[in-house]
Amino acid sequence: MSAAEAVVSARGISKTFGKGGVTALQGIDLEVGLGEFISLIGPSGCGKSTLLRVIGDLVEPSSGEILVNGKTAHRARLDRDYGMVFQAAVLYDWRTVAKNIALPLELMGFDRSTRAARVRELTHLVELQGFEKHYPWQLSGGMQQRVAIARALSFSPALLLMDEPFGALDEMTRERLNLELLRIWSEIGSTVVFVTHSISEAVFLSTRVVVMSARPGRITSIVPIDLPQPRTVETREEPRFFELVTEVREALHAGGADAVEPEPEVTA
Amino acid sequence: MTTVAQPLVDGRTWRRLRKWGPAAIVFGIGIALWQWVLPTLGVERYLLPPLTDVLEAFWDNRSELLRAGWITFKEALGGFALGCSVAFLCALFLARWRPLGNALMPYMIAANAVPIIAFAPITNAWFGTLSPWSKVVIAAVLCFFPVLVNTLRGLTSVRPESLELMRSYAAPQRVVFGRLRIPNSLPFVFTALKIASVLAMIGAVVGDYFGGSTESLGVQIVSAVSVAQYETAWAAILVASMLGIAFYAVVALAERLVLSWHPSIRAGVE
Repeated sequence: MSAAEAVVSARGISKTFGKGGVTALQGIDLEVGLGEFISLIGPSGCGKSTLLRVIGDLVEPSSGEILVNGKTAHRARLDRDYGMVFQAAVLYDWRTVAKNIALPLELMGFDRSTRAARVRELTHLVELQGFEKHYPWQLSGGMQQRVAIARALSFSPALLLMDEPFGALDEMTRERLNLELLRIWSEIGSTVVFVTHSISEAVFLSTRVVVMSARPGRITSIVPIDLPQPRTVETREEPRFFELVTEVREALHAGGADAVEPEPEVTA
Repeated sequence: MTTVAQPLVDGRTWRRLRKWGPAAIVFGIGIALWQWVLPTLGVERYLLPPLTDVLEAFWDNRSELLRAGWITFKEALGGFALGCSVAFLCALFLARWRPLGNALMPYMIAANAVPIIAFAPITNAWFGTLSPWSKVVIAAVLCFFPVLVNTLRGLTSVRPESLELMRSYAAPQRVVFGRLRIPNSLPFVFTALKIASVLAMIGAVVGDYFGGSTESLGVQIVSAVSVAQYETAWAAILVASMLGIAFYAVVALAERLVLSWHPSIRAGVE
């Protein structure tokens, strides 16, 4: 793809935490095209969350260049070019569902009627009608995460950054939300960068799966997912789905993810 | 007993009865002990006069006692308002400029543990024995530290992701405080305000003890004791207690209204 239509363009990104400390990322090159759904997968500690935060300008890279929508990540953050969803829903306890969804709209100065209209659309989109006046503690984990997704989508960002958003949910809720996320993605046509440690989730959701290895975090391979769109419950039962799951698993193993991580020997 | 009582009252009344019944029984036992048991045990009048004598003394002196109560309550309220608002502003300032907050925090915690009431005679010397300001200031200083320490904790104990979210919106500090840190601090603030309401009343009454307007509650207690009018002293103490409890209750009610979103409040409401 040409650089012009790349939503995210990373060149030689490295990140070291602390003085001579842990190298979280090393030599990351990644292009994410408009409308793509990219999953970052790898063992824990491979820096996939760090890479997502570098894209969102929440973590500054030690070296390398990162462009979002053709501008610096910093500029893109100031322009509110992306919406972020974390592993925890991170709802504000003192705000109702409607007010949590409207939070970014409030900060961006949208008037009351625009906010109300947008909240109506979004509660419909994430299927939370009737819960607008509920407080976060009154919702299940899956519903809270849907609120977080609605909040991230409220201001229609071109890019959605998701950090293991369904990681804390049970398998059934996760699969249902996977389907919902794909429906939303096809409806609004935004670009998604999605961090996960679930191989089947990555394959099911993505147009490409970016496989990373740990210490230092590097991209070991990129697996294009050619499963037809739209994906349905049956997608998970197709032979091609299993082939791709196997392919991603082998790529992870090749990157050293299967090796039992040797604990640093403590010599007394 | 249960099987007899249940058909007589509906479920809602029964639940209330079960919730408040034990407390009401303890209250009744306490009153009975005070009124009838202690005198028969030979507890002298100057140690604790019977309840009815105290209530009689209250009725005979009701206008002076209530006026005195109002004067002392105003001192407490003034100290509460002054101490809590200055503490809140200081907490905002220290939360905004963290290095300063970190530098001062150990001293704040130490000051919180100082028996500030010991300064009461000193504030009398500063502001004049008869001035209400000496009591207002001692009440304010008593309120200041718990509110400062709790508010600062509330403002700074924000989940990192909540801050990252604000950062992802490129929110300025003003917004981070207004939409995140201050709402997050409110449960802490109200805990401190409840403590402060009690401390303010203590500060005002004890401040009176070291001299004040002859019409104030503390002075009335001291002078009643000095002329062996124990019933009157106890009646004044009763007024102080009622005011203190009412003050606390008003703050607790405000907490319920403001923190209606908080699970601990919601869970307590039937």
